Amino acid sequence: MPKRFLRSLLGFATTFLVLSVLIFALMEIVPGDIASAMLGTAATPETVAALRAELGLDAPALQRYLAWVGGLLTGDLGTSLAYRVPVSGLIAERMAVTLPLTLMAATLAVALALPLGVLAAARPGGPMDVLATLYAQVGIAVPNFWIGLLLILFVSLWLGLLPASGFPGWDGGLLPGLRALLLPALALAIPQSAVLTRVTRASVVEAMNEDFVRTARAKGASVRRALWRHAVPNALVPVVTMLGLQFSFLIAGAVLVENVFSLPGMGRLAWQALAQRDLIVIQNVVFLFAAIVIAVNFVVDLLYTVLDPRLRRRA
Amino acid sequence: MAARTASALLACLVLGLPALALPASAQPRTDLVLGMISEPPTLDPSAAAPITIGQVVWQNLFEGLTRVDRDGAVVPQLAESWSVSQDGLAYTFTLREGVTFHNGQPFNAGSARYTIERILAEGSTNPQRAAYAVIEAVETPDDRTLVLRLSRPSGDLPFRLAQPAAVMVEETSSGTNGTEPVGTGPFRFSDWRRGNEVTLTRSPDYWDEAGAARLEQATFRFIPDPQAAAAALQAGDVDAFPLFPAPELYPTFEADERFQAEPGLTQMKVVAGLNSERAPLDDPRVRQALMMAVDRQTLIEAVASGFGLAIGSHHTPSDPGYADLTGVHSYDPEAARALLAEAGYPDGFPLTIKAPQMPYAARSAEILQALLAEVGVQITIQPTEFPASWVQQVLTERDYEMTIIAHGEPLDIGIYARDPYYFNYRNPAFDETVAAAGEAVEEGERARLYGEAQAILAEDVPALFLYLQPKLSVWRAGLEGYWIDEPVPSNDLTEVRWTE
Repeated sequence: MPKRFLRSLLGFATTFLVLSVLIFALMEIVPGDIASAMLGTAATPETVAALRAELGLDAPALQRYLAWVGGLLTGDLGTSLAYRVPVSGLIAERMAVTLPLTLMAATLAVALALPLGVLAAARPGGPMDVLATLYAQVGIAVPNFWIGLLLILFVSLWLGLLPASGFPGWDGGLLPGLRALLLPALALAIPQSAVLTRVTRASVVEAMNEDFVRTARAKGASVRRALWRHAVPNALVPVVTMLGLQFSFLIAGAVLVENVFSLPGMGRLAWQALAQRDLIVIQNVVFLFAAIVIAVNFVVDLLYTVLDPRLRRRA
Repeated sequence: MAARTASALLACLVLGLPALALPASAQPRTDLVLGMISEPPTLDPSAAAPITIGQVVWQNLFEGLTRVDRDGAVVPQLAESWSVSQDGLAYTFTLREGVTFHNGQPFNAGSARYTIERILAEGSTNPQRAAYAVIEAVETPDDRTLVLRLSRPSGDLPFRLAQPAAVMVEETSSGTNGTEPVGTGPFRFSDWRRGNEVTLTRSPDYWDEAGAARLEQATFRFIPDPQAAAAALQAGDVDAFPLFPAPELYPTFEADERFQAEPGLTQMKVVAGLNSERAPLDDPRVRQALMMAVDRQTLIEAVASGFGLAIGSHHTPSDPGYADLTGVHSYDPEAARALLAEAGYPDGFPLTIKAPQMPYAARSAEILQALLAEVGVQITIQPTEFPASWVQQVLTERDYEMTIIAHGEPLDIGIYARDPYYFNYRNPAFDETVAAAGEAVEEGERARLYGEAQAILAEDVPALFLYLQPKLSVWRAGLEGYWIDEPVPSNDLTEVRWTE
């Protein structure tokens, strides 16, 4: 176990190193810089040069790269070039929106998909199955920002139940914050739950046809018991895999949905920083996104071993 | 029991909903949430160019020696009055007494001098530094007197001093104005939740009792998506959108009695810049032919749902000496084709336009493509990210044939005399005229010279002059005191109040 742990730790370090070089190099070749962005049509060669010097952009690339990575290792994410405030604070503020949003969406997606998928699998071809298949098809086909617009139209504008945009901040209380996140989370969750419904259904149907379920049935287990006690737990591995894979889609989807609901989350931060060429912010945000995806994959990996004892022995 | 509870709950929900939507009391509100498309990166207008900075802080938080009023006229502000010396080389300002900054420091000749010298300093990043370069020396004979000595006369100076880039700042807070601005205005800085909103609150000890803010609190909320902007207005999440981003949705708000929607004009001149150094655009006849191929009204209809004003030169109606010059090379595809043939291009020629991704620019490029195809000019549209890529490729490297952008600086006709500048336009007669116009102190003379400079551009066409962007403001009914037009990039909220 310690050996395996060390090996994956080394793997992580290499991944992150390569990632940091890649991100930094990409930012170097993007045309335009923050001095041009900040000065716009008023830019003159003198003011651009003055601003670049003030921001420390005239230093060699290697020096700036080392400063960034050195900062990362000591937990200092640097200062935003555009806003001139610490990047860590900016990211913390935004994570306080995006993290609850994606977690809410993931929870909603599972809460919608699991019962629907299992019920559909319980009686293939039955009315519940038809409904679930229809839901899955529509949910996969319709993009989340469009669902967001529909939710705004019906729930916010017609029914007046929930706000259409913006985020009041958590200091205003838990409830207003959750209210603001409910519609965006739903918009994000529906396409994900559609995929998950499909995977759950297929996986449970497959498990129901496995020998061990047949054995259980032969030994007198009811359909319901065979389904819940034997088939569903065994069908969870592919569902968890899918959820892990989809986490990166959730983050990517959050960028679009944050725009539709005008939420001050990580997606907005990344988008704005890119337009402004606020390199230090983009570098850190992209790095963080990548780190989250890698970490989620790691957790999913661990979950496999919990869910499937066979994998434990193999390791 | 359970059923009764449930139905009671349902009844509460159904009956309670409208009640929740109503304000708690009949007292007029004293707060305002105002929507803007993009967020300023900093709140210091003397440190960066984005006009969004002025749209939040100018007049609300920061004030200048002079200011531009809602009609575009230059009037006194922190300077009570001023006089010009006989030779036009010295401006003497008498400063207002009893003015303090939000941090308690007094405003006096010392802070005015500090502000001006900071703009002019070596290595200053003030985006409009060039506009103040005419100031040679700053003198402060006493606490209430500021003398600016100029290298040449400048009738534009009081107007330039009224711009966001020249607001008065205080020395100990000047380094942190970007994040925690300290000014002398009727509102003071309260909070900035980055990516979301900036909040200003009324300054309790504003120097001008009559001009104090009517609102207790003003929140600027940033909503980049046009659909989201419309939804936020309709759901009541924001009370106003002074520059509503979706012209095609504007008529809905005009028809909705919950809102007041009155289109005005900005100072944003949308022009399609031509690189006068590249053949065949170096031939004035070719540029004139391109201008004659453009039906501005059709373009305005397609791009801005008919809102906005066609322009024939780089001037707005509030600029000195403005004349409607759209008739100089008015729409006439027949004549355009003849002129192109005369210049040696009977079959037209191919042209690439670098179009920023903003909706107005992208749409304008498409309409230009269609209109110019009529005279044989085949346009390739090359989307160019604004600001970063566009500024580097077009503005800095001048590597382009044709582009399109809205110029937002007020009274910036002088950019065509700049060398280097992206038009690569060189005309000594224009340079002289516009320089003389800037120096003219007497109003009539100033207007006449600016009028002449404008006419030269209309004739020479260094850029296709298209239209002035409309100010499509939407305000919730019951609000008054806001500006219809936008002569300076700003949202002056001083007089805004709720009447119901």
